[in-house]
Amino acid sequence: MRYLPKSLAERNEMLAAVGVKSIDELFSSIPEKYRLKQPLKLPGPMSESEVIQYFKERAGENAGGYTSFLGAGVYNHLRSVVTDAIIQRGEFLTSYTPYQAEIAQGTLQAIFEFQTLMCQLTGQEVANASMYDGSTATTEAVLMAERLTGRRRVLVARSVHPEYREVLNTYAKNSGLHIEEIGYAAEGSIDKKFLHASLKDDVAAVVVQSPNFFGVIEPVADLAAPTHASGAKLVVAIAEAISLGLLRPPAEADIVAMEAQSFGLPPSYGGPFAGVVASRDEYVRQMPGRLAGETTDSNGHRGFVLTLATREQHIRRERATSNICTNQALCALAATVHLTLLGKEGLREMAQQNLAKAQYALSQLEKIPGVQRKFSGAFFNEFAVELPRSVKMVNAALLRDKIVGPLALGTSYPELTKHALVCVTETTNKAEIDRFAAALRNTLEQPL
Amino acid sequence: MNERIKKASRHTNQSEGLIFEKSSPGKRAFELPPLDVPDVDAAKALGTYHRKDGVDGFPEVSEIEVIRHFTRLSTWNYAIDLGMYPLGSCTMKYNPRVNEFVARLEGIATEHPYQPQALSQGCLKILRLLEKCLLEITGMDAITLQPAAGAQGELTGLLLIRAHLEKQGNPRKKVLIPDSAHGTNPATAVIAGYEVENIKSESRGQVDVEKLREQVTEDVAALMITNPSTLGIFEQRIPEIAEILHTKGALLYMDGANMNALTGITRPGDLGVDVMHLNLHKTFSTPHGGGGPGAGPVAMKKILEPYRPVPILVEKDGGRLALETVRPNSIGRVKAFVGNFGVLLRALAYILAYGPGVRQATEDAVLNANYIRKRLEGVYDLPFSLPSMHEVVFSDAVQKKNGVNTMDIAKRLIDYGFHPYTTAFPLIVPGALMIEPTESESREECDLFIDAMRSIAEEAAKTPDVVKTAPHTTRIGRLNETVAARKPVLRWKPATSKSEAAD
Repeated sequence: MRYLPKSLAERNEMLAAVGVKSIDELFSSIPEKYRLKQPLKLPGPMSESEVIQYFKERAGENAGGYTSFLGAGVYNHLRSVVTDAIIQRGEFLTSYTPYQAEIAQGTLQAIFEFQTLMCQLTGQEVANASMYDGSTATTEAVLMAERLTGRRRVLVARSVHPEYREVLNTYAKNSGLHIEEIGYAAEGSIDKKFLHASLKDDVAAVVVQSPNFFGVIEPVADLAAPTHASGAKLVVAIAEAISLGLLRPPAEADIVAMEAQSFGLPPSYGGPFAGVVASRDEYVRQMPGRLAGETTDSNGHRGFVLTLATREQHIRRERATSNICTNQALCALAATVHLTLLGKEGLREMAQQNLAKAQYALSQLEKIPGVQRKFSGAFFNEFAVELPRSVKMVNAALLRDKIVGPLALGTSYPELTKHALVCVTETTNKAEIDRFAAALRNTLEQPL
Repeated sequence: MNERIKKASRHTNQSEGLIFEKSSPGKRAFELPPLDVPDVDAAKALGTYHRKDGVDGFPEVSEIEVIRHFTRLSTWNYAIDLGMYPLGSCTMKYNPRVNEFVARLEGIATEHPYQPQALSQGCLKILRLLEKCLLEITGMDAITLQPAAGAQGELTGLLLIRAHLEKQGNPRKKVLIPDSAHGTNPATAVIAGYEVENIKSESRGQVDVEKLREQVTEDVAALMITNPSTLGIFEQRIPEIAEILHTKGALLYMDGANMNALTGITRPGDLGVDVMHLNLHKTFSTPHGGGGPGAGPVAMKKILEPYRPVPILVEKDGGRLALETVRPNSIGRVKAFVGNFGVLLRALAYILAYGPGVRQATEDAVLNANYIRKRLEGVYDLPFSLPSMHEVVFSDAVQKKNGVNTMDIAKRLIDYGFHPYTTAFPLIVPGALMIEPTESESREECDLFIDAMRSIAEEAAKTPDVVKTAPHTTRIGRLNETVAARKPVLRWKPATSKSEAAD
């Protein structure tokens, strides 16, 4: 087997050195009746070319050749080949968690740079080395707010990604948290009146997403004052991080939970991505996850270490701030490389193109009779439209034109059965937008 | 050497500044195609939400500078690709390059989780085949691939147990955890709403079964056991342990961190385990990447199947695969989307490469650990003498007499060209040296490691200071962790803003 570096003779010599007659003797501590008598029933073995062939065949059974208008938490963005070239270097790819700082300075300095970039983007003072994804980062942010306030009630906007809310509910169930959902107003952002009425002195956190699941930008700055007046923490989730190239950062938030997938990570059918928790310096000891910090070595040279580890499970065990151990380090590295490539101007320009293309797409779609935007609030690269027919039927028709249509909102919002969430990024070109508008018009003109 | 000369030696030794310190306004490393739709006035479209000036402090550098910066950083890392990584319980094995290749294929990396399932059959087939393989390997009845890592797998497993017990009327109060367990176990139990009760190991390092019998009451929901334990020893009475729990209506959770010792040899499902997680970034070769990403699938017995997190992968008529989200008894989602798909498919590529021959990998891993044990026994203290599986745990009892502890020995290993073994673990062995070579090491590499360890033992006896002040050959010396924690500096800030603050 090509991955195993021993010849039969070497195995036998090593067995002799150990002092056993056969390999089976080394497994003698496993009771005989529980030892497998037959080989496992697994496909393979496969040569390298057969492995590639298997996956190429599977790739051919997916959505190749279709133009997609899906976003909803996973976004298609341009990625430089440089990012993959860097993260595939064995020194990054095949290294362990940097507990041995002297021989992990590469990873540690890159994490420190990642933490800095995340702070610059979010307007927060401290960011961790990554969480699993945006959904678990949001959940961890809420748990952090609970520790900071000692309170148990959590108000979550219904305009937060439905799957983020589901994950929060799963974790909350046994943590004694009480989750209440706050609806959305006509603008598509959180219903402020309802929020104000619900904000009492027992609320641990108010959770919004911006841009929210409908693509609408939440008035984060306006939400901070009433939230803080009640003694609660404001948690802002960000699913489309490219928006930060053009949008004011949620600096008024106490905790930001971000999904960094948009920064150089492919959609990859839903993962692996990279979550981030960012917050204020004063709350750092309640943060979940790893943190890299600057220090000096025995000769006074600058170096980096994992720090404030007394928050973490391997030291604090049942009193840790989170059970997270393995995080998404290589994805965070990809985001660091990607953002460094984009730089200040590249990020701004990419965000600007998203805005312009989404505006153009809306203008083209609104020309179609019966199609109109559902919400009035400002948006970035996603918007909800109301169609004269069920989204399901429309999307089925669009598939014939090799178009994967916008997400049907009715699945998660029963009141929005004729509504779809359109996403347009810099990767969508004008011709594709025009083709989508024409196909939609054509579909809606067909008799039912 | 003149301090003002920044480049005064080979790049692996020189100081590479932070990327922010190299930045110069106007430079860029990435260009977009021209905008092909009418541009819009962002200030008008976004109003007060508009960030006018771009992100303050963001780097501005060219492509070659990005490449050099990160390439130089990479040279400061140790990696499996450079040599043996004997970290106990971490299973740092070779990460096959073909796995990286297939994960990046067009039609694989490009797929969106919300695209129609009819256009996702390739992705779903990959997931289905991996499910089947992992069920065969573990001897279990059902599985979820959703958890993002081992710790999240543990949580999922405990939530399944909780849901099952709740259905029977009482979720119970406690989870039992051996004193040799990984730190995630107790941290996880608390999130699942349980109190943690530790159980002590008996003198040979095994779970004290007689004591356990007394501790398992109607209040106990589960025992979380690692098998082989973190001592590298197989829990021989595991079927009996399972029976003790089952008699009282409690369940047995197995931490699969050490599955590299069992794959193809025995199956947890056959041993009475009810639910377990697998660390695909350990046993199934997906790269550790400096700390992640991983994946922590959870395999279970039939009684727990109704509670699996959504979505559930099901086979419809004609072999069509589908994801179902409506399951009344489900514990809910533990993560957005289907799971760390890109990690899952790498694990499948690993399994396909071996097929049933994966048993050979297990045999070689156990052979390597025992070879190292045999040749270091007597040089280092062996606190527990039961047979070792895939890892061996020594202690620094001999070297401590000269003031040399396990961390010193570990740091000295760096000078011999190896990554340190695990030192902080298991807690029941003071001054532990926890060594897991994996199957990826040749006899030659094992011998080099053994020679290094013997040489360090000799140094510890004759010139202990050399060991105590190690490493001596790295770009930087031991780092001051106390200062890092006392006055945390967790991000770069521009020098100008520091002076402004001073004003």
